[in-house]
Amino acid sequence: MTFLVLQGSFELGIIYAIMALGVFISFRTLNMPDLSVDGSFVLGAAVSVIMSSGGQPLLGLVIAFFAGCGAGVITALLHTKLKIQPLLAGILTMLALYSLNLKVMGGRANIPLINKATVFSVLEKTVLGDYSKLLLSLIILLAILFLLYLFLNTRLGFVLRATGDNDHMVRALGVNTDFVILMGLAISNGLVALSGALIAQSQSYVDIGMGIGMVIIGLASVIIGEVIFGTKSLLRRLFAAVLGAILYRLIIAFALEIGMPSTDLKLVSAVIVALAMAMPVIKKRLSLVKRKLTVAHHEGSKRPNA
Amino acid sequence: MLKVESLSKTFGKGSNNEKLALDKVNLSLEEGEFVTIIGGNGAGKSTLLNCISGVYEIDEGRVILDSVDVTFFPEYKRSVHIGRVFQDPLRGTAYDMTIEENLAIAFAKGKPTGLRPGMTKKDSLLFKERLELLDLGLENRMNQKVGLLSGGQRQALTLLMATIVKPKLLLLDEHTAALDPTIARKVLNLTRKIVHEETLCTLMITHNMKASLELGTRTIIMHEGQIIMDFKGQERSTMTVERLIEQFEKRSGAVLDNDRMLLG
Repeated sequence: MTFLVLQGSFELGIIYAIMALGVFISFRTLNMPDLSVDGSFVLGAAVSVIMSSGGQPLLGLVIAFFAGCGAGVITALLHTKLKIQPLLAGILTMLALYSLNLKVMGGRANIPLINKATVFSVLEKTVLGDYSKLLLSLIILLAILFLLYLFLNTRLGFVLRATGDNDHMVRALGVNTDFVILMGLAISNGLVALSGALIAQSQSYVDIGMGIGMVIIGLASVIIGEVIFGTKSLLRRLFAAVLGAILYRLIIAFALEIGMPSTDLKLVSAVIVALAMAMPVIKKRLSLVKRKLTVAHHEGSKRPNA
Repeated sequence: MLKVESLSKTFGKGSNNEKLALDKVNLSLEEGEFVTIIGGNGAGKSTLLNCISGVYEIDEGRVILDSVDVTFFPEYKRSVHIGRVFQDPLRGTAYDMTIEENLAIAFAKGKPTGLRPGMTKKDSLLFKERLELLDLGLENRMNQKVGLLSGGQRQALTLLMATIVKPKLLLLDEHTAALDPTIARKVLNLTRKIVHEETLCTLMITHNMKASLELGTRTIIMHEGQIIMDFKGQERSTMTVERLIEQFEKRSGAVLDNDRMLLG
């Protein structure tokens, strides 16, 4: 792996880590499988590209975040007010966003950002040069990580985490869980959209299909992080999601390096997630087989004496 | 403090399995009254508590808490003034959060949620003090996740969480039924202590007839969605389990066939 490939993977990993944090909030703290992620990622990217084309890349990031929040609110309302299952509510939002994203993109399926200023190109002209992408993404990620950690330690953050654990308890303690879910999904999708917005500016284009499988990539990052870095404390879990996202990019880069066609990547992602999710079961089976073998071995060794 | 007026609730209306769970129930609780509820399976005890706390929408009647009509309040709004402990120890706490974090959520009850710190040093000290009163050693495990606690420890913690902000009404739904006898007795003693010290208005469902007479100041018996017996004062202090069964069978025309209730 060349240094350039490595640097590129890190850049991508850091930006995708923001999405992984968003997925962490819905899947882990709220315990809700929110599939609107696929749509809100593209929504963020589309808003960001359109705003950058108009000469406002930074404002584009901010608006992309809030647009994502809006998408999360829709999913939350579908679930809490209309009692649609979380899985279906997410799919409905994702589907609706496909059309909406095309509208934002002016009916085009693909918009390149040629010779337009992005948050990265502005910095490239300074002393940072080639490292501007890496550094800026890292600063944004760390800022988000810090804010998210603070947020999850506020009263609202506490009930957000408790709602995923046990929503009965939260209601019994006088908190409106519908509102908590709304806040959680808004922040989650906001982060996902921000991640999409940064990716779009970093790669200088938006494509209507760039969000396909994002939720799986986010989930893969969270799970890889958990398996390797553990889930002991809240801070550790957040860092695990971030490191998982970077690690995932490195795995993908490696797969490409050994000659895997890029069209197979989604298959690889699906297999990684399936394996990671099956980990506890596989471990259990293995230990059972091991126990069986030792028992068989003991009995085998006893027989000659008997 | 609590007033329930001709409360009715039917499950599965219009279907073959239609079941009248509560039939025009009237109940009035004074401040500081500790009422125990007994009755067979399907008598409507849990339904009554769930209608008061807002888990179920009611078909008819009114629920008035401290002269406020809460009949149409959602569950979470009523919860601000109602403390609850459920039968299932898993329902009262968040397993993936620490003991002190759980207490902090309970302590923030009725206060604005918002972006204030979830817990301060001062709160933590208070929690430690309150946990010491439980006498379960939990004050030394405040940073451990609740998922590591036993069912009894969890119920004791839930009881503390339900009362750490003094509620106007405490609802206990067979909160010791899932525990082994030793720890069940401990949690019952704790209940008695907390309710007495805070003079809480309390409704407690129990399957244990002896406990229903020993604890509290008043006992009601439910049968087929109605309150068929209600006694307190001298009538209650001279009541025995045997006479209770006798009277129950006379009034309900049914035979008490619930071993759990008799032997518990």
